[in-house]
Amino acid sequence: MAMIDEPLYPIAVLIDELKNEDIQLRLNSIRRLSTIARALGEERTRKELIPFLSENNDDDDEVLLAMAEELGVFIPYVGGVQCANVLLPPLETLCTVEETCVREKAVESLCRIGAQMMEQDLVESFIPLVKRLAAGEWFTARVSSCGLFRIAYPSAPEALKTELRAIYSQLCQDDMPMVRRSAATNLGNFAATIEAPHLKVDIMSMFDDLTQDDQDSVRLLAVEGCAALGKLLEPQDCAAHILPVIVNFSQDKSWRVRYMVANQLYEVCEAVGPEPTRLDLVPAYVCLLRDNEAEVRIAAAGKVTKFCRILNPELAIQHILPCVKELSTDSSQHVRSALASVIMGMAPVLGKDATIEQLLPIFLSLLKDEFPDVRLNIISKLDQVNQVIGIDLLSQSLLPAIVELAEDRHWRVRLAIIEYIPLLASQLGVGFFDDKLGALCMQWLKDKVYSIRDAAANNVKRLAEEFGPDWAMQHIVPQVLDMINNPHYLHRMTILHSISLLAPVMGSDITCSKLLPVVINASKDRVPNMKFNVAKVLQSLIPIVDQSVVEKKIRPCLVELSEDPDVDVRFFASQALESSNQVMMS
Amino acid sequence: MNGGDEVAAAPAGPPQSLDWKFSQVFGERTAGEEVQEVDIISAIEFDKTGDHLATGDRGGRVVLFERTDTKDHGVPRRDLERMEYPIGRHPEFRYKTEFQSHEPEFDYLKSLEIEEKINKIRWCQTANGALFLLSTNDKTIKFWKVQEKKVKKISDMNLDPSKAVGNGSIASSSTPKLCLANGGSPDRSYNYLGNDFSFPPGGLPSLRLPVVTSQETNLVARCRRVYAHAHDYHINSVSNNSDGETFISADDLRINLWNLEISNQSFNIVDVKPANMEDLTEVITSAEFHPTHCNTLAYSSSKGSIRVIDLRQSALCDSHAKLFEEPEAPGSRSFFTEIIASISDIKFARDGRYILSRDYMTLKLWDINMDSGPVATFQVHEYLRPKLCDLYENDSIFDKFECCLSGDGLRVATGSYSNLFRVFGCAPGSTEATTLEASKNPMRQVQTPSRPSRSLSSITRVVRRGAENPGVDANGNAFDFTTKLLHLAWHPTENSIACAAANSLYMYYA
Repeated sequence: MAMIDEPLYPIAVLIDELKNEDIQLRLNSIRRLSTIARALGEERTRKELIPFLSENNDDDDEVLLAMAEELGVFIPYVGGVQCANVLLPPLETLCTVEETCVREKAVESLCRIGAQMMEQDLVESFIPLVKRLAAGEWFTARVSSCGLFRIAYPSAPEALKTELRAIYSQLCQDDMPMVRRSAATNLGNFAATIEAPHLKVDIMSMFDDLTQDDQDSVRLLAVEGCAALGKLLEPQDCAAHILPVIVNFSQDKSWRVRYMVANQLYEVCEAVGPEPTRLDLVPAYVCLLRDNEAEVRIAAAGKVTKFCRILNPELAIQHILPCVKELSTDSSQHVRSALASVIMGMAPVLGKDATIEQLLPIFLSLLKDEFPDVRLNIISKLDQVNQVIGIDLLSQSLLPAIVELAEDRHWRVRLAIIEYIPLLASQLGVGFFDDKLGALCMQWLKDKVYSIRDAAANNVKRLAEEFGPDWAMQHIVPQVLDMINNPHYLHRMTILHSISLLAPVMGSDITCSKLLPVVINASKDRVPNMKFNVAKVLQSLIPIVDQSVVEKKIRPCLVELSEDPDVDVRFFASQALESSNQVMMS
Repeated sequence: MNGGDEVAAAPAGPPQSLDWKFSQVFGERTAGEEVQEVDIISAIEFDKTGDHLATGDRGGRVVLFERTDTKDHGVPRRDLERMEYPIGRHPEFRYKTEFQSHEPEFDYLKSLEIEEKINKIRWCQTANGALFLLSTNDKTIKFWKVQEKKVKKISDMNLDPSKAVGNGSIASSSTPKLCLANGGSPDRSYNYLGNDFSFPPGGLPSLRLPVVTSQETNLVARCRRVYAHAHDYHINSVSNNSDGETFISADDLRINLWNLEISNQSFNIVDVKPANMEDLTEVITSAEFHPTHCNTLAYSSSKGSIRVIDLRQSALCDSHAKLFEEPEAPGSRSFFTEIIASISDIKFARDGRYILSRDYMTLKLWDINMDSGPVATFQVHEYLRPKLCDLYENDSIFDKFECCLSGDGLRVATGSYSNLFRVFGCAPGSTEATTLEASKNPMRQVQTPSRPSRSLSSITRVVRRGAENPGVDANGNAFDFTTKLLHLAWHPTENSIACAAANSLYMYYA
C-alpha cells in the first residue's frame, strides 16, 4: 500500500475515489472509467474492475446512470469484441434498478454491445440474459427486456426464435401496465427483425392484444407503433391489418388515443398507399379535424398541409378544405394557431386558382384573428404563399395586421413581429415598405422595453443589408440619427447601438461622413453611460474607417474621454485607445 | 340511537358482527404527558399488499411500519390464514423507519406560511424491494424511495490515508474530507493524466481496486422528485392511477394530473374556479382514482355531491360523467344543512363498484351504477344533532373525518369524537354497527364514562377530558370535541384497522 510511483498518483486517486463518500468524486471517477481500465490493463479490467462494478449496484442513481453509459463503449478496454460478454453482468444488474433513466441507458448500452458481439456469444450469453430479464421477479427487469429482443432475435437459432417470440407475446400480456407499455413501445423495432411470415401472424396478434388493452396508456403506444409496423408490411397487408385498427382508433372513446391517431395518420397514409388512403383514411382524418376535443383538432390541424400533400388537389379541395374553413373560426385559439402555422403551406399544393378562391379568405380571416399568435403564425410563413399568388392580394390586409401587432401591449408579441420585418420587407418590396413600415421601425427604437429597442436596432441593420446602403441613406439613417437628441438617455444609447451595427453595413465613407460626427458629438453627453458607450462604439469603428480618420477624429475624442472624471468612462476610453494602438502597429 | 345499544344488539345479518380486539399501539401517551402539536398524526395509509403502513404527522414526518407476522412466508401463508379464519394470528406491525418529508416553508410572493403537515400519503408500486410513496402537504407533493442500503467499509486503498498524510504531495484525495476541502486538485491530476501519460500494454500491476466489505444494511429514504408550484389552494388529496405512471392531486378548486417521472409539468383536468370568486359556492374536498379503470376518477364537493369523470371524454373534464347527490329531504332545511352535507372523504371500494363517502353526520355508500341516491346510509353520531349549534360555535362542525372500507367491501368504518370510531356492516341484511374506542380496550362501553377499573393512561385521559370539555349527551354518554378520531385505514386483505388518536396509532383486529 501507498507504494505508488509518482506518475501513478492521479490514477490511484481516481481508483480510490470510485468509493469516495462524495458523489461528485464518484461520478468523476466513473466518467474516467476508461482511464482506469487502461491503467489496469485488459485482463485485470475483465477480472477485477468489471466484477467490482457489478457489485456497485446500490449506488446513487446518478452514478449508476454514468456507469451504464460508460459500459456501453467499454469493449475496447476489456480486450475487444471476443471479450464483450464480460460486460453483460453489470449491465444486466443496471437493467433491473428502479430508476427509469438508468434502465433505459443500460438497455441502450446493452444493445450497442450486442450489436457488435459475435453470433455465438450472443447465443451463449446475450439471449440467456434477455430471457432472465423477461422472467424477472420485478417489473423493472421485464420492462428492460422488451428493448433487447431486437438485438437477441436475429442471431438466434430457429427454436430459440420461436421461444423469443412466445416470451415477447407474454410480455405484451404482462400484469403490470409498465411492462405492456414497454412491449408496445418496442414492438416496432422488434418487428423489424422478424421474418415476414411470423410478422403477419405472431406480431400482428401481439399488436392486436395491445390495441385492445384496458389501459389507455398502452393503447396510446400501440397507436404510435402503427406507422412503424405498417411500413414493415406490404401495402396490401398493411391495408388489411393496420388500416382497420387505425380507423377504429380514430373513433376511440379516449381523446388521447384519437390525438395520437391525428399525429400518426399521415405516416400511416404513406405506408398504405394512395388508394386506401382515399377510401378510409380521408374520412377518418375529416372526423379528427371535426373532433369534439380541442387537443385532437390541434394535432389534426397541425398536419393538414402534410396530409394534403399526399392527396391530389381535387380530394384536398373537396374533403379537407371545408374542414379547414371551419377550423379557421374554431372556438379554440390554439386550434386556429396550429392551423395558421401550417395553412400557408397548402398554397403550393392547391395551386394558384384554388388558393385565391379558397384559401385567401381564410388567410385574411386568420390575419384578423383576435389572438396575436394566430396572426404571427400567418405572417411568419408569408414567403410560401407569395411564391404562389404574389403578395399584392394580401398586402391590403397585411398592413393593419402588422401595425396592430407592432403596437400590441405584450412586448413578446412586438418582439416576434420585429423579427419578421426583414422577411416581410423582402417579400413586400421596397415600395410598400417605404410607405407603410418605415415609421414603425423608427417607433420601435423608442420602445419602453429594452428587448424591443435592441431588436429594433438589429432590425435597422438587417433592413440596410436587405435594401442596400443607398436606400438606407435615404430612408433609415437620417431618421435614426435624428433621435440622438432624444431627451431620454436610454433612447440615445439605442441610437449609439444602432450606429455601431449600421457602420459595417454602410461602409467607410458614410460612416466617416455621417455616423462618426454624431458619435463624436455624443461624447459630450452629460450621462457617463453614454460617454463610455461612445468609447465602445468608437473602438468598434476603428477597423472600419481610414487610418487618417482614426488619427484625426477618433483618437482625440478618446484621449479626451480618457481624462473624464468618471472611472468607467476612463476605463473604456483607455481600452479603446489601446486597441487603436494595436491596429496602428499592425 | 347511540353506539352502545347497537353493539349490544345481537348480530342478525348473514356476516357476523366482528369481535374487535386490541392489537398494538404505537406512540402511546404516558400519564400526564402533553401531546405535542407536531406529533399529531394527520394521515394513515396501508400499501396495496397490507405489508406496510405509513403515517404522516403535523410535524412533516412520515413513519413507516412493516408487518412482522407474515414476513417470512409471503402470500400463501396469508391465504391460508384467511381460509382457516378465525385463527389466532393477526396482522402485527413493527416500526420500520421514519423520515422528515416536509419542512415548514414560507411563500415570499404571497406572504404565506406553508405548514409542514402531511395531508395525504399514497403508496406507489414497489420495485426491487424498495418502497415508493407520495406524501403531500398543503402545496408540495414529494415522491419518496425507501430502500435498504449496505453500510460500506472500504479497505485496500491505493493511497493509505495514514501514510499519505505524512507524504505531502499525495495527501489530497484518498481521505474524503481532505478531498472535499481541496476540490481543485483531482481535476488537475486528470488533465495531467490525459495528456502526458501512456499506459503499458499489460497495465500497471501496482494499482488495486478498493475492497468493499459490507455486513449490515440500513434504511435510507431519498426524495426522488418534488412536484411543486402547481396548486394555488391547499392540496387535499393525491391518488395514484392504476396505470402505474400517473397520479392526481386535488386542491379546493382544481385537480391536476401528473406523470410520476415528470415533476416540472402537470395538466389541469378539473377546474371549478368561477370567473368571479364571489360566485364560489362549492369546493373540491377529496378526489380519488378508480382502483382499476385508468380513466375514471371521482371527486367530492362541499355541497355533498360526488362527481365521477371520464378522462377519455375531454382534456379538461369540467363536465362530469356522473353525479351522485342525495336529494334534500323537504322541510328539513336548517342553517346547518349545507355545512353538514359537505363530504370530507371519499373512497372507492376495492372492486371499484362502490364509493363510500363521509359527511359530518353520516357515512353513505353509493353504487356507481345508481345515481339516484346512496344504497346505504349509516348514522355515525346522530346524538350530536341537537348539539350542532355548539359544534358550529367551536368550529368542530368543520372537522374532516376520513372513512374506509374493508378489503372484501362488506364493512365500512369512520371516526367520531371522544376517540371513538364506528364499524358498520354494509352487506345486504347486515345490522352490524359497532362503536369502538381508540384505547387498549376498544369494546369498553361508552355509556359508563367513569368506570372504575381502567389503565392509568385512560384515567388521565378521562381527567383531561373532564377538565376540558365535560360534555355528556342525553344518554349519559360523554363526548369530547377535542379528542377526535379523524384518520383511520382498513387493512386491504384482513379485518384490521389502524386509527390515529392524536399522536398515538392504535391497531385492532377481528
